[in-house]
Amino acid sequence: MTFKKLMTSAIATTVLSAGAVAAEEVKIGIAAEPYPPFASLNASGEWEGWEVEIIDAVCKAAELDCVITPVAWDGIIPSLTGQQVDAIMASMSITEERQKTIDFSDPYYNTPAVIVADKSMDIEPTAESLSGKIIGIQASTIHQAYANEYFGDAAEIRVYQTQDEANQDLVSGRIDATQADSIAMADFVNSDIGTCCEIKGSVENDEAILGQGVGAGVRKGDDALRESLNKGIAQILEDGTHEEITGRYFDTSIYAE
Amino acid sequence: MIPFRALMQPHRLVMLALLLAVVIWCALALRWDWIPEYAPLALEGLWRTIWILVVTCVLGFLLAIPLGLAQAIGPWYLSAPARIFCTVIRGTPLLLQIWLLYYGLGSLFPQIPWIRGSELWPYLRQAWPYAVLALTLSYAGYEGEVMRGAFSSVNKGQLEAANAFGMPRFTMFRRIWLPQAIRNVLPTLGGETILQLKATPLVATITVVELYAVSSRVRSDTFIVYEPLILLAVFYMIIAGGIALLFRRFENQVPG
Amino acid sequence: MEIIFETLGLAESAHLLSLSPPGWGGNLLRGLANSLQIAFGAFGFGLLIGLFGAYGKLYGGVVLRDLLAVYTTVIRAVPELVLILILYYVGTDLINKVSGAMGYGRVEISGVVAGIWVLGVVQGAYATEVLRGAIQAVPAGQIEAARAYGMPPLMLLRRVTIPAMMSFATPGLANLWLIATKDTALLAIVGFSELTLETRQAAASTRAYFTFFLAAGALYLIVTLCSGAVFARIEKWARRGQPSLKGAGR
Repeated sequence: MTFKKLMTSAIATTVLSAGAVAAEEVKIGIAAEPYPPFASLNASGEWEGWEVEIIDAVCKAAELDCVITPVAWDGIIPSLTGQQVDAIMASMSITEERQKTIDFSDPYYNTPAVIVADKSMDIEPTAESLSGKIIGIQASTIHQAYANEYFGDAAEIRVYQTQDEANQDLVSGRIDATQADSIAMADFVNSDIGTCCEIKGSVENDEAILGQGVGAGVRKGDDALRESLNKGIAQILEDGTHEEITGRYFDTSIYAE
Repeated sequence: MIPFRALMQPHRLVMLALLLAVVIWCALALRWDWIPEYAPLALEGLWRTIWILVVTCVLGFLLAIPLGLAQAIGPWYLSAPARIFCTVIRGTPLLLQIWLLYYGLGSLFPQIPWIRGSELWPYLRQAWPYAVLALTLSYAGYEGEVMRGAFSSVNKGQLEAANAFGMPRFTMFRRIWLPQAIRNVLPTLGGETILQLKATPLVATITVVELYAVSSRVRSDTFIVYEPLILLAVFYMIIAGGIALLFRRFENQVPG
Repeated sequence: MEIIFETLGLAESAHLLSLSPPGWGGNLLRGLANSLQIAFGAFGFGLLIGLFGAYGKLYGGVVLRDLLAVYTTVIRAVPELVLILILYYVGTDLINKVSGAMGYGRVEISGVVAGIWVLGVVQGAYATEVLRGAIQAVPAGQIEAARAYGMPPLMLLRRVTIPAMMSFATPGLANLWLIATKDTALLAIVGFSELTLETRQAAASTRAYFTFFLAAGALYLIVTLCSGAVFARIEKWARRGQPSLKGAGR
């Protein structure tokens, strides 16, 4: 009898302790893989970076109680639709394809897509110049869609789980070039690991694939949260918080209208 | 194969009917429109999975034979390194080994500038050599342990008889020891080969485009969550079934 | 200490691995603690499923036996990575639907609980086979004698079956435990915070890939070797009173 009671109470405790949490908390999903300078892990185990600070600022302006929740980038949209997180602020571009599944807030930054390669290589960001080369890109990004569409026939495309791994292979020489966000790549070539390489230029824009800026993703129909986030984003753009945070990380403004 | 009479029992017929109903519902209700577009890529992924599996199992087994032999009868200076190798391989996750080989070695390349002009460079640039190396070493580590037991389990009397007849050592190994050892552990080898199949998806993390990588690509392009995973699971079950059948045929050829 | 590291050229690595920030050693150890937590939970959950599964396969009705056969075959044929993804999405979807239907709103599932759920289901299939073989190896006479005395089934399980089958099950269970610890590495691909993910994050942030992967490998190896020693003692305890295996099979 005691054994049965013990088992029942043990099972009940486990289930209930994984149980419901106060609904006031808003879980903001970020990518579990570091993406400097936007979001990276420091040695104390805390997340820091431009995007992390923007998330804090937007939430404060929108008066939301936000909790930063790292989720694997590969499964970040299913986590949103499956309600593990309430919003995604992980440098995710607003594209039509993604808008079929989720809604987006207004954009909070813009970044063109660039090609980065070794300084000694003479490469232009065009399909002819990249013909026969090996391009590395991160999975589930607009760059993967773009590269498959425009460079897929001419060059060999390699898919990495994180942009960092693609950068590492660029430094090692396994790939000839990588396509990624210009800001993250500027940070990479200026760091002491990226001294080999430089930005070769931005690729021809295709808004359908590359999207219209980076926004926060929310579930389809979750207009209340979307409006709150829009309010927060508009607020920090207006009162100069966005500019102040940007000034600490970058030389130029990264919000283009 | 499953005997017909075993299938004809009433509860099994009901379950088969239920399974058929579920399959038909899946075929009609879930989204399968992505299949025609990705079929060529899927076939390429399937081929890559199979050849990586076959190559690493064969190479790994060839490596496992000396490892097992060294541990079974070798002098301490051979058996100790073999033991250490098997322990390290079996004691660390395969994912870590793969990443260590690929990214760890990759991080050394910039410090060796002449490597880009060398003959090996085209191979060092690609991902599949590292995948094959990591999976081969892993298989060898596990099979080395299995073969150690296998070599020890062969009846010593047969080896002594061969010795008494004056059979050269290598011939005795080739004709008596090795075949009997393999026959003793054939079921285990079949199980380990299926485990190797289950390890192949890990190489997708170092850009090798095999079956799992194709399903990830479909998921990230179309945002469909379940259907690619279900089809992927079915594919792997079919391949595992094929391996099991193959090994059962080998086992049936064993006399007695 | 520092002099030894400097002569070996390992000063920078030691600095990176130190326990307090800016060294990443603390992060790695925290990840290891998470890994071990998930492994314990998954192993225990798997054992529970395995016990029910083994009994179902041995004494259950034909339908139960077939369903369990399907369960074990599917889990043993499909790669863990695919299973982890499927179980994670299916599990969280189900929980949210159930709690939604019951009116509770969203239920929070921590990474550890989700990891225990997915790995536990996978372990359950293997544990079913190990325990089934072990229970079948218990001499039938002992069970019959206990039944003849009128022992209720649960008491029979607790006093006769489990102690007797422990010695047969221990090697298989030791193997399962090692598989559980190594499978936690796969959770890194799904983004759960454990040792391999922490290692990859540390390596990505500092670019010292070799150092961190070797350190993580060493940590896993230590866990494996310690587990081996612990299970050797458990097997010795489980085999107490039985004749020694030495000299058998000559």
